[in-house]
Amino acid sequence: MPKLIKGVGCPYCGSSCDDIEVLVSDDETKILEVHNACIIGTNLFHHANDPTRPKLPRMRQPDGSMKEVTYPEAIDWMAKTMLKAKKPLIYGFGSTNCEGMSAVARIAEKAGAVLDNCATICHGPSFLAIFDNGYPSCTLGEAKNRADVVVFWGCNPMHAHPRHTSRYSIFPRGYFTQKGQMQRTVLCIDPRETDTAKLADHHLMIDQGHDYELFDAFRTVLRGFDIPETVAGIPREKIKEAAEIMKKAKFCMIFFGMGCTHTDGRNHNIDAAISLTRDLNEHTKCSIMAMRGHYNIAGPGQVWSWQFGFPYCIDLTKGSHAHMNPGETSSVDLAMRDEVDCFVNVGTDAGAHFPIQAVQHLKKHPFIAIDPNFCMASEIADLHIPVRIAGVDEPGVVYRMDNVPIQFRAVIKGLPGVPSDEELFDMVYERMCELTNTQPVWLAAKADRKYPESPAVI
Amino acid sequence: MPKIELNMITQRSIEEGAAMEKGKTNPDYFDACSICEMHPEDMKRAGIWKNTNVRVTSECGTVIVKAIMPTQYVPPGLAHIRQGVWANQVVPPRTQSTGTPQYSGFPVTIEPAPAERLKTALELVQGAVGLWKGGQ
Amino acid sequence: MAQGELIIKGGFIVDPTRKINGDVGDVAIKDGKIVEKVSSSAKVIDAKGKVVMAGGVDVHAHVAGPKVNAGRLMRPEDKLRAGTCRSNMAQKNGYRMESGFSIPSTFKTGYEYARMGYAFVMEAAMPPLLAPHTHEEIHDTPIIDEAALPVFGNNWFVMDYIRKGEVENTAAYIAWLLKVTKGYGVKVVNPGGTAAWAWGLNCLGLNDRVPYFEVTPAEIMTGLMEANEYLGLPHSMHVHQNDLGNPGNYAITIDSLKLAEGIKTKNKFGREQVMHSTHLQFHSYGGEGWGTFCSKAKEVMDYVNKTKNITIDLGCVTLDETTTMTADGPFEHHLHGLNHLKWTNVDVEMETAAGVVPYVYDPNIKVCDIQWAIGLELALYAKDMDRTFITTDHPNAGPFTRYPRVIKWLMSKQARDAVLNSFKHKDKVLDAISLHTIKRELSLFEIAQMTRAGPAKCLGLGAYYGGLAPGMLGDVAIYDLNFKDMPRDPEKIEAAFQRAACFVKSGEIVVKDGEVVSNGHKKTVWVNAKMPENPQVTRDVTQAFTKGTYTMDIRNYPVRDYLAPHPFVIEYDVEA
Repeated sequence: MPKLIKGVGCPYCGSSCDDIEVLVSDDETKILEVHNACIIGTNLFHHANDPTRPKLPRMRQPDGSMKEVTYPEAIDWMAKTMLKAKKPLIYGFGSTNCEGMSAVARIAEKAGAVLDNCATICHGPSFLAIFDNGYPSCTLGEAKNRADVVVFWGCNPMHAHPRHTSRYSIFPRGYFTQKGQMQRTVLCIDPRETDTAKLADHHLMIDQGHDYELFDAFRTVLRGFDIPETVAGIPREKIKEAAEIMKKAKFCMIFFGMGCTHTDGRNHNIDAAISLTRDLNEHTKCSIMAMRGHYNIAGPGQVWSWQFGFPYCIDLTKGSHAHMNPGETSSVDLAMRDEVDCFVNVGTDAGAHFPIQAVQHLKKHPFIAIDPNFCMASEIADLHIPVRIAGVDEPGVVYRMDNVPIQFRAVIKGLPGVPSDEELFDMVYERMCELTNTQPVWLAAKADRKYPESPAVI
Repeated sequence: MPKIELNMITQRSIEEGAAMEKGKTNPDYFDACSICEMHPEDMKRAGIWKNTNVRVTSECGTVIVKAIMPTQYVPPGLAHIRQGVWANQVVPPRTQSTGTPQYSGFPVTIEPAPAERLKTALELVQGAVGLWKGGQ
Repeated sequence: MAQGELIIKGGFIVDPTRKINGDVGDVAIKDGKIVEKVSSSAKVIDAKGKVVMAGGVDVHAHVAGPKVNAGRLMRPEDKLRAGTCRSNMAQKNGYRMESGFSIPSTFKTGYEYARMGYAFVMEAAMPPLLAPHTHEEIHDTPIIDEAALPVFGNNWFVMDYIRKGEVENTAAYIAWLLKVTKGYGVKVVNPGGTAAWAWGLNCLGLNDRVPYFEVTPAEIMTGLMEANEYLGLPHSMHVHQNDLGNPGNYAITIDSLKLAEGIKTKNKFGREQVMHSTHLQFHSYGGEGWGTFCSKAKEVMDYVNKTKNITIDLGCVTLDETTTMTADGPFEHHLHGLNHLKWTNVDVEMETAAGVVPYVYDPNIKVCDIQWAIGLELALYAKDMDRTFITTDHPNAGPFTRYPRVIKWLMSKQARDAVLNSFKHKDKVLDAISLHTIKRELSLFEIAQMTRAGPAKCLGLGAYYGGLAPGMLGDVAIYDLNFKDMPRDPEKIEAAFQRAACFVKSGEIVVKDGEVVSNGHKKTVWVNAKMPENPQVTRDVTQAFTKGTYTMDIRNYPVRDYLAPHPFVIEYDVEA
């Protein structure tokens, strides 16, 4: 009898929807049906059935081909390579659980590595702005229950977070927003007429790359000063109208995305956005939220902040203290300056998502990919170690884009012999300790933590 | 050959996401990401027919993609390649000291290249690091 | 806990739970617990000429959870103030990297508390929806035992039941929430005010109505005290009152304390109070504005001294650059308006909110100096040290690593005068305080009451923590202080409490000569008050999830067992 598992979290985007229902085969090895998820999430779950999923590590041979090796061999090679490297870079973690992120930190300390996550190429600038200006935000339920004005700035949830608008931001009927979309005024600020812009009541088609000016114009108008006839391609009257809508809101919610962080200005755009939010709080209640990309990309920011005090770009090479300075200790910059001599790609695909020049630099040195599937990074790596898929065959805690921890469950049994990220990192750490004749140091909880149970029903 | 200068952005799309989760060597991923969207007027200016290949060149690289009509309206002067392997062949790695590359808002020249072949994701990435063993 | 036997020999024992004040004696520990005696093969720790106390108990600190982490994340500059780095020895022995000053990393939090000889710390505010986060951090905090208080004062269910006068339902909801969040007791922060903040408003008076919910802060506090005693929880309602931090707020503070009159304690854990009023320093302000700002510590303590069913902690300002963080969302917005530094806010659906703002308690600013004096005055005016506890409301008034400094000030008038004399606006400060007129210097016995016996009893943990009687947990701190010949230099008192000569936690030596030598055996403490299922509450809670007022699935809401892998659960049946 197939089993229907409810309340499953979706390991794709930062919406981290946890209302998915998955029908699995009687022996819990196959996913048969996926309900409630978007097309991307559905594909992701079904992809876990792929019979060609790697079950063993593969090592690149001198002739350039890949050959399967055992896990102990792979772990030994990884441990030795990391110890040998002067400044290894461990990067990724958009798609794994917090248990893995916590475990990798031990390795990073031991190896004296730089620890970085996908935020470095996505919402890193948002972190920089938060360092400067704070982050007046809320959980997504607040947006759902209260927001009557919703602003999407440089983000396109209809494509990047397909269920965001129906679960949290535009359509849902919340406690104080019983009429759903009817009760909400939606503003979209984007240089393209995206599918999100088409849903909006007002689309401000900004000149690409002029976000800072427009944020500034809003702030100026809110403070009662005049602005030029057009700012960033938007007529003055339109800006005034939009500012008035935000000001008159009962609860204004601003979502922003890569359109602000990937372009000129970077953190300064976000800085202005946060200042705008703060200014609006003089008139009404206003919150802002970064549209985080992956389902647990908020995770490393949390885990490493409590472990090291920094969310990303953490240089542990000094041994005595952690150091962070994006631009200096950020992955792409380190790569372009040839400062790292070993690269470990975990739960992401730097091969596909870094500018190709950065990939070329990284490939000069040992390159290790840890990923459940074949990806671009695994196909250029010297060593590819497959692991279980967090949220599919491995449970664990993930942080949604609003930093709400959601305890994901496993829906199927993992491939035999394939470890989770956490187990793999713990084994690598143990091997590194053996190689250096030191005692592994676990915090008290280790023994129980290693194989967390996966309660399908509470 | 006519050339045009456009402002390039590379962002997500649901087609790209859905295909990526099937695997980056899946044909869907190729179809979803090896394309460049631009305004019909810009195509006309450069002598580009829709659904033909073009060469996109930035300060740091070049890539062959297929020019298509915008799936989401793009104003004149702006071009969009979906986030992914093809886009990242031309994305400048400069970060303005923030760690984040210039994924959006960098100048490119686009010219017709109807005779050029689209490369697969694997060929592009493995080719860039000297591992590509497949045919040309 | 560690197996085996230990004996701490020949120290001056200070143990208020048994009224022992400096008598020379031994403390025997077997299998992690204090025992009458051990065999001759027990490992011997020589404490001759040193003071021996139970492990410290911190009744209120923000050490783990989302807002603490929001502070860490937003303040990279705090790391520059960290002071010491990880030594080569610590690196070699695999001790974790430490970072941060006012908001230290979890590793540093555990190590620093251990170095000060603290065994138990209460995380003072856990948003229930984010409880797994708090437990993840507790998990990553070595050595010390921890518990967390979920916040109830602005919870929609609670406000709804209280408006309808339903004590039993309030109690059933509390019991359910403690169980699913692995929480310890009832925390209340700015009752009603934080709920109002969701619309950008606040409740500054006890009888202000909460928008939509139509209850008042006074009703919320009274209702929660009644529910707390209905359940007979180990700890009482633990309240951060309304109108925090504003000049002239002492009147509302006393009015809030008066709500405890007529409420009877009911519990089996030895607790005597029905209300714990936290960081009272922030609530004992006189004056009509910042110009006339002054201390009303005397007035507040006069009330506290004569009211037996109240306990308090100080919330001492330590004159550092620190990070304020509280579930009092509107206060943080207000504070940000005063100092214009960065501001983080998190509103949590249906439950609570939180704010974080950095703050510099600058000794050259009159108001900061008066705040500093108020915290100390409260302690020095206290008559019953078993009801008065040392805290800095870490990190709000200062980091917990300054407890030794607070102890120094309380034990030495000379040390206090040195600070007073260093103030730029000394004369103006003296006009607003009475600290300089107080000659009292606290004894080691009183310090042990305020940091061990008292808080343990207040938390209903008197059977386990805070004393050295046989049967209690084997948590023993040894300080390099000669009871018979206390140092004349107050700095030495601070130094001794900053780095314990030795700290035994759960029967294992974890700190020696001020250095951490073991990652210890930590426990997570929580309360399971068992009640018959309450169908009304079950239905209300379920509906909030199924109708989507929450954005999470109810199945993913309870904290899973593996996140708190070493539970120490206080489980009992509620007597209706």
